[in-house]
Amino acid sequence: MNMEISRRSFLKGAGAGVAATTIGAFGFGEAEAAFVAELRPYKLAGTTETRNTCPYCSVACGVIIYSKGDIAQGNAVAMHLEGDVDHPTNRGTLCPKGAALLDFIKSETRLTKPKVRRAGSDKFEEISWNEALDNIARLMKDDRDANFIERNMDGVQVNRWTTTGFLAASATTNETAFLTYKAVRSTGIVAFDNQARV
Amino acid sequence: MTNSWTDIRNTDLVVIMGGNAAEAHPCGFKWVTEAKANRGAKLIVVDPRFTRSASVADFYAPIRQGSDIAFLLGVIKYCIDNDKVQWDYVKAFTNAAYILKEGFAYSDGLFTGYDAEKREYDRSTWDYEIGEDGYVLVDETLQNPRCVWNMLKEHIAVYTPEMVERICGTPKDKFLKVAEMISECSARDKTMTSMYALGWTQHSKGSQNIRSMAMLQLILGNIGVRGGGMNALRGHSNIQGLTDIGLMSNLIPGYLNIPTEREVDYATYISSRGFKPLRPNQMSYWQNYSKFFVSFQKAMWGSAATPENDFAYHYLPKLDLPAYDILRAFEMMDQGQMHGYFCQGFNPLLSFPDRGKITRSLGKLKFLVVIDPLETETSRFWENHGTFNDVDTASIQTEVYQLPSTCFAEDEGALVNSGRWLQWHWAAQNPPGEAKHDTWIMAQLYLRLKKLYQEEGGKFPDAILNLHWPYADPEDPKPDELAREMNGYAVTDLRDPNDPTKVLLEAGKQVAGFGVLRDDGSTACGCWIYSGCFNENGNNMARRDNTDPDATGAYPNWTFSWPANRRILYNRASADLDGKAWDPTRKLIEWNGEKWEGYDVPDIAVTAKPREVGPFIMNPEGQSRLFTRGMMRDGPFPAHYEPFESPVVNVVAPAVRGNPVARVFESDRQSFGDAEEFPYAATSYRLTEHFHYWTKHVWVNAVLQPEFFVEISEELASEKGIDKGGWCRVWNKRGSVHAKAVVTKRIQPLICDGKPVHIVGIPLHWGFTGAAKNGMGPNSLTPFVGDANIETPEFKAFLVNIERSDGPASA
Repeated sequence: MNMEISRRSFLKGAGAGVAATTIGAFGFGEAEAAFVAELRPYKLAGTTETRNTCPYCSVACGVIIYSKGDIAQGNAVAMHLEGDVDHPTNRGTLCPKGAALLDFIKSETRLTKPKVRRAGSDKFEEISWNEALDNIARLMKDDRDANFIERNMDGVQVNRWTTTGFLAASATTNETAFLTYKAVRSTGIVAFDNQARV
Repeated sequence: MTNSWTDIRNTDLVVIMGGNAAEAHPCGFKWVTEAKANRGAKLIVVDPRFTRSASVADFYAPIRQGSDIAFLLGVIKYCIDNDKVQWDYVKAFTNAAYILKEGFAYSDGLFTGYDAEKREYDRSTWDYEIGEDGYVLVDETLQNPRCVWNMLKEHIAVYTPEMVERICGTPKDKFLKVAEMISECSARDKTMTSMYALGWTQHSKGSQNIRSMAMLQLILGNIGVRGGGMNALRGHSNIQGLTDIGLMSNLIPGYLNIPTEREVDYATYISSRGFKPLRPNQMSYWQNYSKFFVSFQKAMWGSAATPENDFAYHYLPKLDLPAYDILRAFEMMDQGQMHGYFCQGFNPLLSFPDRGKITRSLGKLKFLVVIDPLETETSRFWENHGTFNDVDTASIQTEVYQLPSTCFAEDEGALVNSGRWLQWHWAAQNPPGEAKHDTWIMAQLYLRLKKLYQEEGGKFPDAILNLHWPYADPEDPKPDELAREMNGYAVTDLRDPNDPTKVLLEAGKQVAGFGVLRDDGSTACGCWIYSGCFNENGNNMARRDNTDPDATGAYPNWTFSWPANRRILYNRASADLDGKAWDPTRKLIEWNGEKWEGYDVPDIAVTAKPREVGPFIMNPEGQSRLFTRGMMRDGPFPAHYEPFESPVVNVVAPAVRGNPVARVFESDRQSFGDAEEFPYAATSYRLTEHFHYWTKHVWVNAVLQPEFFVEISEELASEKGIDKGGWCRVWNKRGSVHAKAVVTKRIQPLICDGKPVHIVGIPLHWGFTGAAKNGMGPNSLTPFVGDANIETPEFKAFLVNIERSDGPASA
């Protein structure tokens, strides 16, 4: 987490503070306490702020995601998102797409399990990661071994695999892109492309 | 972008043509608003539709889609005819004075060397005259009739305001107003910025659209300056990064090239990349190519890349074609020549042209792997959805794997914005269900394939078995490890060449930048242009210091901008021949008598004397190119060509259909239509409420724009009896779609060459998965042909017919 900005640290600290205290500590009477009990708690209390960028267009607006839970524990869940006011480009603003990003993260049509559709079938079936990845690696190897071109007609080493292609994403990180590059290029795949061409 | 979003605040004139920033890039467009409010900047919008960008423009001019080159060459002609040229800039920083080779010519829409059968040029005459000293011959007086400047004037003479009106449908007075406003930016203290997007790229001559504006910007002296530049508004959050890292058929990270099979060995490959300077004293920075290439090979194959095996040169595939681009890939699939396909965060069933062909081709695959955080139409191409995906499921034999990956909220790493800023971000939540990071998925696929080759052997396993995999947990490489690899590191101690006892950088340390990379195997660097992003100072992409000294818009310590944290490319051109700012109020870098200094990292050696070294250091000329030699397939100057499907014939070259060198597959030619059968000029676009095919999965956006529609003028609606909000059918030889009709004043018929041309606007956000209503899109109708240089499909200009309808059967 990159939280060196003091305003942010302050906000985070203040949030945690609200969660840890009750209004009674301020010396209000019973009536006030009853009133306060009916109030909706501050929803960002006790949340973690994380700096991120909008995944849509390339203006790349800064966003702050508020989440509950702990990434290291595997239970962090985003519950609010807003524009980053410290970001030089968007200065806190978001467009109609960016403003609705929380619904993207929580979309009902997000994928949560690996699936396979068998030849001729009319449905997806669940499959374990292990089996899916092993099957795909086998399909790759069989196709590569059957079709890989080591030398052309002139005897030049060309080492290309033309019968399987790979389309890379346009919203993954540079780091995913580089690992993808390494893995794909090492196989000799030449039908390798990304959204830049489209 | 040569500049950045925040730099737009410095401009005097914004030209939005080939884009619609107010709707497609709303939060970047705020910098246009800022320039208008604070500097009195003006905004011009040239577009077939009166968009929301147009609604806040100071001047709007309509144009027929696919005719931008004629318009822009018309503006260039206007500037030259009216002496609105930044002469010192043009003479010092462009190749205007270079003498062209005898034999080069242009007539009837074709340059010299055309081979109609191959649809290709012999480009040998498209070059300079080289003198005995090995340098280009120049005529600084610009008197020689064969100098670039005079050849350019002759080439564009046909694009008069009257001709622009005939071709583009832009009324002459509106064209002249735009030309006049633009021409004022030839003054040293006036700057114009060009903001463009897919409205320019998605044409069979997309590259030349952009070139035309780049030439205009050079003539006005607007490249390299604050508030100027060529600013591509990229569509996706990391399309810039994916391009930089070279995830394309013919690229190596940092805009190096995959070898062709004519480059039989490393010596041959590198010999054509020496890039000797074409003018005295020039840096010709690509002379360092071998350092970047060898360092890349070391990052890929580590200790297996040795001087003895030419640093594993043969581990790279060698191309027999310019590229196995996406159109070729699907053509091969359709022909049964491709059996397996991976889509990582990509939905070709909706985003590639001629959907019928895409569906048919996917059904011929043996296996398809889709890696995505969301349901996609592509992963369910085999599923019958009535009108919206009418396939015979049982007959499709493709095995489909759908692998759940993460979205931005769950991953960590850098995305590169349009302005080349590498902005690191952090994960805010854990992946849902069994979804996995893309890095883990790619590592697993690689490791499992590697294991099979270790156990069984097989075809050329060397490049797979020896791939450098230096990760603490090989099963799950981490973003910071990958970023450090791209930055580059010393493989062995780097010693001072002048004093070998001195170690400049110890083995294993991160290099400070690409300047220290070597071609002897002692450095490794995954992507040389990113070098400096994660060095011994730490992760510079994670920096979040938003201070901006003197409010120049540079934000020099906010994240990291490639290359070398430079914020404006070609920034040496912001200063005159002696190194003083053209406009003192817009100082960027200046020569102080000893070195260059200012607000940005100089784009030139800091001690390179003005008047000696030109600003365009990547070019062997040291100067920019109004004439591009043989570097582009379709001509050293842009020329007007109609789209492959056009409502009118090409009035400057009636015999030429489309771009004469754009590739057309035989099976697609018969699906092109002509204006007699399909009289209406269609175009595709995005809405501000949606992002491609993602936000139809987002409830809020699905509510905001729930349903597919097409947009037509009141005139066309009345001619065809189509009601406002009523159903219509739009079709051509490739497909047919039903849509609700938005009848609007935002689209007006144009008069082109004396005939009315009606425009049909088709937005692209619907499919058969997600929260929005099922719908179709433009790719059911668009032609399977791409730009002549890079094969970007012609999505922006094609022909359709339209009629009133009762809606789809299963709406």
